[in-house]
Amino acid sequence: MKRFAYELSESWKIAVAQMRSNKTRSTLTALGVIIGIVAVTLMGTAIGGIQVGFDKSMAIFGDDVLYVSQWPWKRVDDWWNYRDRKKIKTEYAEPINRIIAATPSSNLVIAVPTSSLLRSVKYGQSEVSNVLIRGTVSDYLITSTFEFKEGRFFNDIESRGGANVCVIGYDVADALFPSESPIGKSVLINGQPFRVVGVISRQGTFLGLFSLDSIVVMPLPAFQKYFSAKSDSDILVKVKDKTRLAEATDELTGVMRRVRGLPPEKKDDFSINEQQALKSTLDPIKNSIAIAGLFVTGLSLFVGAIGIMNITFVSVKERTREIGTRKALGARRRTILLQFLIESTSLCLLGGLIGLGVAYIMCTGISKAFPSFPIEFSLALVLVSMAVSILTGLFSGFAPAWTASRLDPVAALRYE
Amino acid sequence: MSLVTTSGLVSPLVIDIENITKDYVMGEEIVHALRGVSLQIRSNEYLAIMGPSGSGKSTLMNMLGCLDTPSSGRYEFSGRDVSAMSDDELAAIRNREIGFVFQTFNLLPRADSLRNVELPLVYAGIDSDTRRERAAHVLREVGLGDRLHHKPNELSGGQRQRVAIARALVNDPSIILADEPTGNLDSKTGDEIMTLFENLYQRGHTIILVTHEADIAHHARRTVRLRDGLIESDDGDLGGVGILPTPDRLEADVPAYR
Repeated sequence: MKRFAYELSESWKIAVAQMRSNKTRSTLTALGVIIGIVAVTLMGTAIGGIQVGFDKSMAIFGDDVLYVSQWPWKRVDDWWNYRDRKKIKTEYAEPINRIIAATPSSNLVIAVPTSSLLRSVKYGQSEVSNVLIRGTVSDYLITSTFEFKEGRFFNDIESRGGANVCVIGYDVADALFPSESPIGKSVLINGQPFRVVGVISRQGTFLGLFSLDSIVVMPLPAFQKYFSAKSDSDILVKVKDKTRLAEATDELTGVMRRVRGLPPEKKDDFSINEQQALKSTLDPIKNSIAIAGLFVTGLSLFVGAIGIMNITFVSVKERTREIGTRKALGARRRTILLQFLIESTSLCLLGGLIGLGVAYIMCTGISKAFPSFPIEFSLALVLVSMAVSILTGLFSGFAPAWTASRLDPVAALRYE
Repeated sequence: MSLVTTSGLVSPLVIDIENITKDYVMGEEIVHALRGVSLQIRSNEYLAIMGPSGSGKSTLMNMLGCLDTPSSGRYEFSGRDVSAMSDDELAAIRNREIGFVFQTFNLLPRADSLRNVELPLVYAGIDSDTRRERAAHVLREVGLGDRLHHKPNELSGGQRQRVAIARALVNDPSIILADEPTGNLDSKTGDEIMTLFENLYQRGHTIILVTHEADIAHHARRTVRLRDGLIESDDGDLGGVGILPTPDRLEADVPAYR
């Protein structure tokens, strides 16, 4: 073992000397690996960024909230069976909450009705279109994760009384009130004034598709008074113990069947959705993007590896006499094998380190220039890149190193 | 038969070759490079192996240097049978017992003198401080104390060959095997190198020269001539007579003398 460590360190010294004396060749060869590692690392950061963005988007739904909706959160082939389902009504919340309250062992906490549609929001001369207008009750806060940039959520009295108050999302506040605080100002929706009581802090986008900050939340009675037509309603139900989500789903299904008065022989005419189900629908898409990306960039690394293999073969050929001399002086097969393996590996490792550095600089640049672009540079990625570089070196160096170690010393010494 | 020296001691046998042959397959033909050579070389001999090209001289040198194994026959190096050794065992013998000096020097072009001389010690697994010290010591002995950090291309031909000789000496080998050591040098520099070999011989080293030049072979005390894979003549073959050992050599090699 000690002997092996000795040989490793000696081979390392030889490899470094070799790289330094062949600077141009080493640089050009390493370039292949550098490009490969940069490509793989950038792809890795992009995939990491997508993952983080994905998780962040998913977190919006809360991992302890069930959504009672007309449609399931997955692709359905028999959409006509769902289209004719009865709409979910916000009124269901009340009987659901009654049943929850009457069931001491219930795993459900509270049901919150929500109703939403898209409208324009105006203030003075400014207007924002396609804003998600959502009517709900003050308990909505229990099922949500957002925080307030300023102000507050509407209270219970405003909620029940259907006061013309609202809470606006970050983007809405930004567009309508660029230089003043929106608190206390009234925005116009459908020509109706709503007094702003709070601004939700920035939520970002959902999978980069649409902004979660383009939203206005108001008391449900007020919403129903002005926008009752064509709105979609869901019931949000908070779960007590999120490790028993399946049980909670079963319980809620039972409750909903009671509320809807479904006879036992009839199928459910509603869907109970949760974050996890959505995740498992979207995960395969995300994974295939990741695999395809890594495969394509992996090819560039493979080309780099072939370059290293080629140059190591050339190096073995060129240094045949040197190998003969080394063997004559007592180098064993393993020593020669190790020497060339370490040469190719350190070349790859050098390329890998430079590649990582370049990738890091590029990542920093990209995230400075496009803050919304998902990029995630992690320690794990650094370690993986290093491991990939070393493996590339071993892979590309093995065949030439093996050839070198098998050279006949007599023939090698005589080689011209 | 062995000759007894004046002090009543026989210098020990280093190389004992008995009837070795070596065949090569060249295309369809089999070339018999050695057809049955027997040779005994004792410690502190100075021997030249001569012969025209194709005589089997190089093949014999490769055998003696443990770079190759015979097709048949027996080869004992310091009492150990090397004819059936594995590649790695042969590498160990070459590393510890044989110092090679090549016609073309075969120095590593990008390493300085010190690093070149250190190389056999690297393969012997010696730590770097000891290596450095021993390499510098041997370089000073061959007169290159002021050229430790010169690279081969900064040295003259004679100096390069001195570095190579230092490299051959650094592991304190049983024999020094020199293949046309003056072949790439002018005659004056060649003479200097031959003087160096003479000094080494005087100090107790065993030297085997392989050459086709008679005046180089003339420096040796014994000449073996090869022709067509057989020994044609051997002027010193007194059944493996050793040359009179010098006192320091006796102390080093013959513990019984003390």
